[in-house]
Amino acid sequence: MRIVVSIKQVPETTEVKIDPAKNSVDTEGLTRIINPYDTYALEEAVRIKEASGATVAVISVGPEKVDESLREALAMGADEGFHLSDPAFEGSDPLATAYILARGIEKLGPYDLVICGRQAMDGASGQVGPSLAEELGLPCVTFVRKIEELKEGYIRVQRMTDDGYEVVEGPLPMVITVVKEINEPRLASLKGLMKAKRVTIPVWNASDLGLDPARYGPAGSPTSVARLSPPPPRTGGEMIEGTPEEQVRILVRKLRDAKVL
Amino acid sequence: MIGKADARNIWILIEHRGGKVAGVSLEAIGVARKLADSSSQEVWAVALGPGAQALGADLIKVGADVVLTAEDARLDGFRDDPYTDALTHLVTTYKPSALIVGATSNGKSLAPRLASRLRTGLASECVDLEWDAAAGNLVAVRPMYGGNVLATVVCPEVRPQLATLRVKSAPRPEPDPARKGRVEKADISGVELRDRVKVLEAVETGGGEVKLEEADIVVSGGRGVGGPEKFSVIKALAEACRGAMGASRAAVDAGWLPYAHQVGQTGKTVSPKVYIACGISGAIQHLAGMKSSDIIVAINKNPEAPIFKVATYGIVGDLFEVVPLLTEEIKEASA
Ligand SMILES: Cc1cc2nc3c(=O)[nH]c(=O)nc-3n(C[C@H](O)[C@H](O)[C@H](O)COP(=O)(O)OP(=O)(O)OC[C@H]3O[C@@H](n4cnc5c(N)ncnc54)[C@H](O)[C@@H]3O)c2cc1C
Ligand SMILES: Nc1ncnc2c1ncn2[C@@H]1O[C@H](COP(=O)(O)O)[C@@H](O)[C@H]1O
Repeated sequence: MRIVVSIKQVPETTEVKIDPAKNSVDTEGLTRIINPYDTYALEEAVRIKEASGATVAVISVGPEKVDESLREALAMGADEGFHLSDPAFEGSDPLATAYILARGIEKLGPYDLVICGRQAMDGASGQVGPSLAEELGLPCVTFVRKIEELKEGYIRVQRMTDDGYEVVEGPLPMVITVVKEINEPRLASLKGLMKAKRVTIPVWNASDLGLDPARYGPAGSPTSVARLSPPPPRTGGEMIEGTPEEQVRILVRKLRDAKVL
Repeated sequence: MIGKADARNIWILIEHRGGKVAGVSLEAIGVARKLADSSSQEVWAVALGPGAQALGADLIKVGADVVLTAEDARLDGFRDDPYTDALTHLVTTYKPSALIVGATSNGKSLAPRLASRLRTGLASECVDLEWDAAAGNLVAVRPMYGGNVLATVVCPEVRPQLATLRVKSAPRPEPDPARKGRVEKADISGVELRDRVKVLEAVETGGGEVKLEEADIVVSGGRGVGGPEKFSVIKALAEACRGAMGASRAAVDAGWLPYAHQVGQTGKTVSPKVYIACGISGAIQHLAGMKSSDIIVAINKNPEAPIFKVATYGIVGDLFEVVPLLTEEIKEASA
């Protein structure tokens, strides 16, 4: 069995500044990490490998720096890394990113299962997983919180829904996206990091992947960001003083006046 | 691909089960009404699967001009495969300019696949939608970076423009019995619907409780609660307010409450009328999930806790003293 984990490199914090001149988010100088949700995806793949002997490939679309995150993933237990990188990929929206990823995954050869995080911490579109499935022509199960059974050509999982979960089954290959509840990711070991340094990670650009120029970068992205703005600041900030009894009485009166009780 | 010149009308995908329409679908109709009125378009509510027809009259009352139904047994219960095939057929037949889907777990699975199938743009988890009449575009506002950045997303050329609408980001329209509209039946019996993933069982956890995302009042507890059994204090307040119970990640990671209750960047996003945070410090990742609540109440024994910076009303005190008193006072007030 071969499992592909799709990881995105993101800034380690969401406390970011907007650069109005460039109409972009200024992430210069911020430490970059593997998207936290993708560490659950990776951990799940490595656990399957440890339990039943699969190989785990990690793949990512992004600039040069992404190499570090791919190596960290190798140190967590992945076997192979693939880096899809081209200056022309910049400005790709989730649809275009899914297209690039799909062609990369097809190029790396036969596989059984693709695991994505439920969403990226920065853009938070939660779109790439299901879109990738469509591009690969595969079924998809989102918000997986547990893999109940996995064998040649078959998977059964628990999928989180809005009011509980459902048990679903389907054929492999398939794309799944995972939620935090699925496991507790390990940290990369120092020894693993040393070993990962020596692995060759192929870097494929648009022509290596044979991409249609009309389908990536700004030209291949149906959506664009017209404007970025900070959220409206919260007003208020009234401290209620007095004994606990008084505080509670004042609060309830205020809530009643606001007609919310 | 559907071009801009050919496309008209705002569609809403209606999520329904057992004769009941999801709240967010109604909220989306309200939003679509506003978009359609400002651009002389119609609001089409699209209801698929058994039971769709029966929803028609009610959907018209809350703002639909047309209810498009396809009562096909193969669309009984949500699966993204057959829904994508059916909607692709309907969209290419009728050419709407926009399609809005609720950002539920089902909507968030369907919309990206449909966007890729139609090669069109999707704005996910929007909190606001407007119509730019001059450009003829939907203008979608969506939070990124845990709510620290609001992005305005447009899809200028390709149609339909897809958006998922975050639950409770718009009011539910009041039904108007005098509203007129029509029901249009689509025959999709000849359309091939794929169905690769099978739902074996659906389990509702926390049955009977108010849903976190849909509650008007959310009472959340954090590390300050101190243990699983002590959450009874939080629960009692939530029940007195007929609200739902939330938690910080610290409380969830400690195993005091299941993950489904977690509010924040890696949990659920809620925006109730009142959010009451008890023993929660107000870390940025927690704020990401509740900052847009109308009123925030913070109860914390540390006057320096950052939660007070976003709280509409703050009470410095021991939650084990304040919360039970509050529960009593609310019970009395609503008696
Ligand atoms: C990538 C990432 C994602 C994260 N995602 C989330 C998320 O989705 N949701 C989330 O909540 N957190 C998230 N966190 C964790 C977040 O950073 C905080 O650690 C967490 O929110 C803290 O929870 P807390 O406020 O309950 O605990 P603490 O920060 O320990 O605060 C406890 C508070 O309780 C008060 N207190 C103690 N006893 C009492 C008492 N008797 N009466 C009144 N007050 C009392 C204390 O004064 C203190 O302010 C995330 C972190 C990371 C790095
Ligand atoms: N640039 C990327 N490279 C690889 N995987 C990605 C990339 N962007 C998104 N993903 C995957 O898709 C998931 C959802 O991301 P998003 O749609 O951006 O919220 C992530 O958790 C990753 O698994």
